[in-house]
Amino acid sequence: MLNHQLNPNNWIDLYSDYLFNYTISRVNDREIAQDLVQDTFLAGLKSMKNFKGEASERTWLISILKRKIIDYYRKINSNKGKAEIRITYNEDSESEGDWLEERVADPFDKTAEYTIENEELGDAIHKCLNKLPEKQAEVFKMKTILGYETEIICNELNITASNLWVIIHRARTAMADCLKENWF
Amino acid sequence: MSNIKFFIPCDEANHTCDKSQYKEATFLEKIKLNIHLIYCKACRKYTKNNALLTKKIKISKVDCLDKNTKEAMKKDFENALKEHSIQ
Repeated sequence: MLNHQLNPNNWIDLYSDYLFNYTISRVNDREIAQDLVQDTFLAGLKSMKNFKGEASERTWLISILKRKIIDYYRKINSNKGKAEIRITYNEDSESEGDWLEERVADPFDKTAEYTIENEELGDAIHKCLNKLPEKQAEVFKMKTILGYETEIICNELNITASNLWVIIHRARTAMADCLKENWF
Repeated sequence: MSNIKFFIPCDEANHTCDKSQYKEATFLEKIKLNIHLIYCKACRKYTKNNALLTKKIKISKVDCLDKNTKEAMKKDFENALKEHSIQ
């Protein structure tokens, strides 16, 4: 039998980005997402004794996070008094009477398949990032994902611009290699 | 004219390619890169993969925490961890 263990010392290094990414796509607010991730780690710590070792650490943390996200939505909904459902209609004479059909297929909504594929891709990217040496991952994230200017990164990490580009080059090569098997 | 070198070595080509992924390569650099790509198969491959990596990261919409937030989070969590181990 697979028996997974919990090791909270590594949680933040290993999973904080992944959990944050999971949350941000659901709550759309960086600060709230940060709080939810933090809550998740703390809740995980408290309920460590309930961990049966059936799921991996990450899956287990995600299941706690899901609860936290649901609780969050419950809370903001109860603030409003009650849940609202809004339906917008197209004021278009051509599609008059078609409102039901219109609801069924929303051409502007991304298909479920598309969303799932993107989530898997994001997952793969996070796994590959975790494999990079710490410094490379750091610089790569700041430059590519957070989109910081070269100068800002150099100042913050105390490196030269040419140093930065060497690190970026190595990180990009490693990331491309890592993602190659499934995604290129 | 003669003091502009249009033929660049591979490392320079790769450097320009990396920069262009962040829209930081100049027009002249891009021209030199493209001239290099005409005759260099290895760099063509690298450029292709590099562009694909940029695209994949863009469409995946991955996000991550910045360093300071993570540090703060770590600090809080370490305190909680200490309390937890005392109990």
